[in-house]
Amino acid sequence: MKNKIGLDRVGETLLLMGNEAIARGALEAGVSFCSSYPGNPSSEIMETLASVARDLNIYAEWSVNEKVALEAATAASFAGLRAMVSMKQNGINVVSDFLVNLSLSGIKGGIVLVTCDDPGGISSTNEEDARFIAQVADIPLLEPAHPQDALDMTRWAFDLSETIGSVCVLRSISRISHTRGSVTLGSLSRKKRTAHFDTSISLHAFPVTEKHKILHQKLAKARELFETSSFNSYEGPPDDIDLLIIACGTGFLYAREALELLDLTGRVGLLKIGTTWPLPEEWLENHLSRCERILFVEDVDPFLERNIKAFFAQISPKLGVRTFYGKGSGHIPPFGELNPDILVYALARILDIDYKPEDRDYVNKAEALVSELVPPREFGFCPGCPHRASFWSIKNALKWDDRDGFVSGDIGCYTMGIWPTGFNQVKSVHAMGSGVGMASGYGKLYTYGFNQPVISVVGDSTFFHAGLPPLINAIYNQANFLLIILDNGATAMTGFQPHPGTGVNAIGDRVQSLDIASICRALGVSVEVADPYEIKDTANTIYRLLQERTGVRVLIMKRKCALVQKREEGFPYRVRVDEERCVGDSCGCNRFCTRVFRCPGLIWDQEKKKTRIDEVICVGCGVCTEICPEGAIVREKDNHE
Amino acid sequence: MNSDPLNLIITGVGGQGNVLASRIIGECLIKKGLRVTIGETYGLSQRGGSVMSHVRISEKGTPGPIIPRCKAHVIVSLEPIEALRTVKIYGNRNITMIVNSRPVYPLGVIAGEITYPEPAKVRKALEELSLKLFWIPATEIAIRLGHAIMSNVVLLGALAATGLIPLERKDLLEVLPEVVPSSSKELNVTALDLGMEAVAITI
Repeated sequence: MKNKIGLDRVGETLLLMGNEAIARGALEAGVSFCSSYPGNPSSEIMETLASVARDLNIYAEWSVNEKVALEAATAASFAGLRAMVSMKQNGINVVSDFLVNLSLSGIKGGIVLVTCDDPGGISSTNEEDARFIAQVADIPLLEPAHPQDALDMTRWAFDLSETIGSVCVLRSISRISHTRGSVTLGSLSRKKRTAHFDTSISLHAFPVTEKHKILHQKLAKARELFETSSFNSYEGPPDDIDLLIIACGTGFLYAREALELLDLTGRVGLLKIGTTWPLPEEWLENHLSRCERILFVEDVDPFLERNIKAFFAQISPKLGVRTFYGKGSGHIPPFGELNPDILVYALARILDIDYKPEDRDYVNKAEALVSELVPPREFGFCPGCPHRASFWSIKNALKWDDRDGFVSGDIGCYTMGIWPTGFNQVKSVHAMGSGVGMASGYGKLYTYGFNQPVISVVGDSTFFHAGLPPLINAIYNQANFLLIILDNGATAMTGFQPHPGTGVNAIGDRVQSLDIASICRALGVSVEVADPYEIKDTANTIYRLLQERTGVRVLIMKRKCALVQKREEGFPYRVRVDEERCVGDSCGCNRFCTRVFRCPGLIWDQEKKKTRIDEVICVGCGVCTEICPEGAIVREKDNHE
Repeated sequence: MNSDPLNLIITGVGGQGNVLASRIIGECLIKKGLRVTIGETYGLSQRGGSVMSHVRISEKGTPGPIIPRCKAHVIVSLEPIEALRTVKIYGNRNITMIVNSRPVYPLGVIAGEITYPEPAKVRKALEELSLKLFWIPATEIAIRLGHAIMSNVVLLGALAATGLIPLERKDLLEVLPEVVPSSSKELNVTALDLGMEAVAITI
């Protein structure tokens, strides 16, 4: 479906994803420079901007990591342009070192830093509330509640940023970024800006204390603007309320719905706050005087809750005692994603209401039938995925080696190596590039009796993002391990974005492709390249490299992501099971192919008691033909298409 | 509309065209001046997990992205056990379900470690938990047309035929060409009509 984000149709209402609304807001604000590193739930912001970059004459890049993305965007700001940087929650950790210095130097053109947090860890390895950065860096924070808010706030965030001379943070969450909603467009910016760095000034943090003082003056200015912001509002009875809810993000919509479900709109007031740092204190004080009981609603950490409580401590001599409900009181959990039911039950508990969404008999029957009938679904690599084949070879090589070796994992599709689909080979996973850094440490433990071989696996995009410094560290410090780079030619987990090794940039231009093997060779280590699909040869290569026992050895397992391969060229084979040769349970292989190899294209046929191929799912990579001890899985060149 | 918001869930397994189906519905409704919120849960779904879209339709407001427990009006499921998993949380005595009869086996089932329930049992359970169940061989219909992936369009046709949400054949005909490759447009229209027919026979 064609992207409508660049349409110049003021007042038209479109169905936009929150991330598209953020991109549109930036275009309406006249953004010139956009940079990002892919990470869900943020990736579509950059994808959207890149898709219109040529037509609207803006610059869009996939940067090598989030810190570089902000640094590059800052250059645009220093030259007087507006810039936006978008990332997932973890990216905020990566940018933080630069950002805490940048906030002291100040900026020129407006910079909006978008963090897309992932409550519930729907597509993340952690559940992080990145709003902390606003307080660490002393910069303003805005939190939209729905896609329309996301557009309007992004547009305004540029004005705010430029007015006060600080980066402005916009915090989205999965339920906004990945929600589609009715969004009414404003007008695209017509303002043309020319880039120029004014050499009569210099931008830095010195003198530090003086700059810190100025930063707090900027925050005070933001606070003043927040006092009258239309992103903050109250709905409910003007007075005599039993409870005041203070909500931000989608929590506001859940609270509103919960009040309707419990028929409480006449008894409870709802305060929506969109400017969450610094707090609009006077505005808050007015509303805090409405009621003695306050409930806080927000996703992940009690950020708003703690800050408002701390503020209330200052004004309590004036207003008296309050009872606060939220994460601190145990009415809202400080982990997991919010939903309307959490609000319904919190309100029911506070106001002593009996709520049943449906009669008990129905609910009990549904629960009984589901627990009787519904099997769980485990995650698995896609059919034809090179990672399944790679982990198969790794598993075999480590078994032959027999020294209790293991894999230090990293971030990407291959993180799933912690599960049966990767034969449980991966024993630890943390942050981008950390698997290499940890292997560098394991590789120095041999003087303490550590005699297990260690394999670090890292994807191509992750290698560029944060894999190089730990590799250099390992080489410099003479660590001993095998680094396997799983090069599938894409940032696959987040939607196949290009990276420095792909030879394509964000807007689709052909550019120089950085060759991972050459980079590693230039660092002075031995590099070999293998094809994951050739599982016998590759397992032998891994085994041989494990025996080398000194220094860092690099093996690049190169094979295009199966989803990309399927889309671009397709696969060469038609795979079938020879029913004569598959002897089923009497084989002694104990259903090796379906139970252990576990490709979803291979099915254990309960009736025939043999393996068969699911032709709807099998892509025809042909790898499984190598694993059957009877040779019963056969592949033929597919002349079908 | 009988309720505002009207709550529809589309569920299935990653790769079945679930998100596209919800988007087509949303584009149709927004063209009619209705307000729509679609909350998507996919995460790792492309790698074998469940996937679910909450489509909420309103004449005036901004519905939240998550439907409260037991408050769905219609569930469309591209896969039988995903229908059960979803109705447990969002179902109620008045719910209508439109379910593709073709299983997508979890890895544990493929591996022979756990069993997939007999389709007849799943169907009976879904009948017990809904006011009305449309059990539709959408994948078989799509395979007959040459492309299993079109089962989502078959179910869109089925949904339109029930008249439970303000979605008509002509709305879908307007949006489909924006979404599917022009070479497969006619096949998709056929898929849509076969889905509508499947419901008409049942009604």
